[in-house]
Amino acid sequence: MSGTVGAPVSRIEGLSKVTGEARYAADFPLAGLAHGWIVQSTIARGRVESVDAGAALQMPGVLAVVTATNAMRLQDVDDGELLVLQDQQVHYRGQTVALVVGDTLEQARAAADGLPVEYQAEPHDVLLSASHPRLFAPDHVNPNLPTDTLTGDVEAGLAGAAVTVDHTYSTPAEHNNPMEPHATTAFWDGDRLTVYDSNQGATRVHQALVRLFGLEDSAVRVVSEHVGGGFGSKGGARSQAVLAAMAARMLGRPIRVVLSRKQLFSLVGYRTPTIQRVRLGSDRGGRLVALDHQVVEQTSTVYEFAEQTAVFSRVMYATPNLSTSHRLVALDVPTPRWMRAPGEAPGSFAVESAMDELAEACGVDPIELRIRNEPVTEPEGGRPFSSRNLIACLREGASRFRWAERDPRPGTRRDGQWLMGTGVAASTYPARSAPSTASVSAQEDGSFIVRLTAADIGTGARTALTQVAADELQVPMDKVEVRIGDSDFGPAMIAGGSMGMASWGWVVVKACRQLIADIDRCGGVPDDGLVARADTADDIAAQADLVRHSFGAQFAEVRVDVDTGEIRVPRLLGVFAAGRIVNAKTARSQLIGGMTMGLSMALFEESLMDAEFGDYLNHDFAGYHIAANADVQRIDATWIDEEDDQLNPLGVKGIGEIGIVGTAAAIANAVYHATGQRQRHLPIRPDRVLSP
Amino acid sequence: MTDPYSLTVNGTDHQVVDAWLGESLLYVLRERLGLPGSKAGCEQGECGSCSVIVDGSLECACLILAAAAVGCDITTVEGLQPGRGDFTTVQEAFIAEGAVQCGFCTPGLVVALTDLLARVPHPSDLEVREAISGNLCRCTGYGRILAAAQAAAKAASDE
Repeated sequence: MSGTVGAPVSRIEGLSKVTGEARYAADFPLAGLAHGWIVQSTIARGRVESVDAGAALQMPGVLAVVTATNAMRLQDVDDGELLVLQDQQVHYRGQTVALVVGDTLEQARAAADGLPVEYQAEPHDVLLSASHPRLFAPDHVNPNLPTDTLTGDVEAGLAGAAVTVDHTYSTPAEHNNPMEPHATTAFWDGDRLTVYDSNQGATRVHQALVRLFGLEDSAVRVVSEHVGGGFGSKGGARSQAVLAAMAARMLGRPIRVVLSRKQLFSLVGYRTPTIQRVRLGSDRGGRLVALDHQVVEQTSTVYEFAEQTAVFSRVMYATPNLSTSHRLVALDVPTPRWMRAPGEAPGSFAVESAMDELAEACGVDPIELRIRNEPVTEPEGGRPFSSRNLIACLREGASRFRWAERDPRPGTRRDGQWLMGTGVAASTYPARSAPSTASVSAQEDGSFIVRLTAADIGTGARTALTQVAADELQVPMDKVEVRIGDSDFGPAMIAGGSMGMASWGWVVVKACRQLIADIDRCGGVPDDGLVARADTADDIAAQADLVRHSFGAQFAEVRVDVDTGEIRVPRLLGVFAAGRIVNAKTARSQLIGGMTMGLSMALFEESLMDAEFGDYLNHDFAGYHIAANADVQRIDATWIDEEDDQLNPLGVKGIGEIGIVGTAAAIANAVYHATGQRQRHLPIRPDRVLSP
Repeated sequence: MTDPYSLTVNGTDHQVVDAWLGESLLYVLRERLGLPGSKAGCEQGECGSCSVIVDGSLECACLILAAAAVGCDITTVEGLQPGRGDFTTVQEAFIAEGAVQCGFCTPGLVVALTDLLARVPHPSDLEVREAISGNLCRCTGYGRILAAAQAAAKAASDE
């Protein structure tokens, strides 16, 4: 039987999504359901002095006003954002200070809107700067990487370099904004809690609820069949799940808590703003002798999150002298978290822009510059790569994009009021796997059911895993049902870090192979069926110590209106080396979607901090623009065939994040090529184009 | 509480009782009539995830008071009628062309393009872009959605 892995298979749950039948976390009807609405603080730092619930409780349909004075006590966990309504402290504007519960959502909301909350306000500190007096070096950066690294002597290398580039780049706070706002529907059956929750992995939400409510593993079930995007913001439990479970316990009724679009800007994470100084030193031919990448970023006072912004520099280019550092300041702001390609997305903007500046300074083609600096082993640490095909991506992309015809001189191509240019940038993202469990059962009728706590947040994971299982079991896809999004299936990795398929695919392969061996041993499937279970923890622990990364090359063509500063992007091309591609249709969509978010990052996305009120002021889709269809023209993504037997049985590297890495730099470099003006701060707004 | 009123949704009359007059059409569809296919993405008419057809006009259900839609003919994603088979040409094209990812924006896009093709059977790319200018998608990058619109137009004319 020919395999389905690699084929452009249509999405299995497509039918339920196009007809509106797919049920998301806020869509489940439950008898007796009540609704909770979050009341948010209107100060950025201080204490809640009082909440006067008297009038609210007299309003029609209002069932309860839950505050720190009457909330159920939770067990301690290390994520302060989950310890909701446990004390009176206000750590940022928009923090939850009460939950109003009503028979209908509108009743709860009406009462919440008028709820009198008195505060004892303190002066707040919400602005990030590179000279902030409270900058510190965190113990590690996300997920558990060294804060600083140093190889050789960067200062000596720079001092002796024939050519140097030394510039500061910045990226703003950006909000993930999945189309589905976070939502949880919770109910208790005796002492057993069930939640329908919008997340990137039910396992982590399960673990959080078990700890917070002091329950046995078996007493909590998290169900997440369909999830409307996440992009990092649903990577772990968010506070709406805790509030729904708490209120359901307190009131003895099913409770739903849905966030509004505006609340997403305070309560579920965002990409930290970054200030990045990059210093490059090279010989006259552009061969690096030193690279220094210093990052300043922010966290909150509730939970320390340190984005790994500079890790991009640790793997990209050969240099004898290499240093990277991260400095953090805890401000009175909501907690930043993961957003698509945390670290690599903003880090690549700075370094790939600087490389373009170095190419200009040396008079070397930017693709040739990167080829000259291709390392043999990991630049920081010296470990071998399991596979590395950056040069192949650059060359394939150059051919497709007709790069050889490019005139490198900036600011020389004009079509009416439009200046035109092209740019390139490199891309990378780690290829990792995390321990997961799965079961596969053989049914009497010759079909199979795979169960694992994977999540399909739009990636196509459900479909790809069905392809993987069908190939392993050597049956057509319609003989395999993959059930996901249910914590009762056992622990598994989340849809995050581009680790989904590399983790779930591995355990599904292992479970299928075990099942086939069991069937052989039994001489067939017994009348009552057969079940095989697998766990990849030991396999992953036994992996060789290699550097495993995807690589890619991003190409951009831009047109810049000299009168208005408007930037159009007629063409984006991404060429990626990401191991084996399981589903050509869903994979291409993932890569193009990532590149589109990169375009959006380059030109539009920016959460503006209001210093006086201490809040992101453009906190809705009217003020925070994500790329609309009019912003997107031709975007192509392709990949080179890459075999790597040091990854996992499938040979996949993951594709969720790499599409956004390097896109903004490619566009910024194209804007330079068009205008002759370097853009070192995102987004590249019209005013920045007109007033460089 | 307002007096009971009746909404005609997908060809069926629904009684709405004990409702508050300020409830949006989206809220009533989702919370009172058991039709959660229309999605609440922004509540300000920016994302189009709640798109429905009201008396032949494409509207954001979040911006209309339900009580103001009394006497109107309302079509939601659940009420789109296939010419033949189990689903419409637009729905089929969305699946085949890979225009669906997380699916949250999909019902609104399917309704918007169904509305377009009813008015303009052979739209230009620009007409497709204009028709979905009120719909945001965070996953796909829009290219496959535009392709699905053209595939649906072609399939409809082939039938």
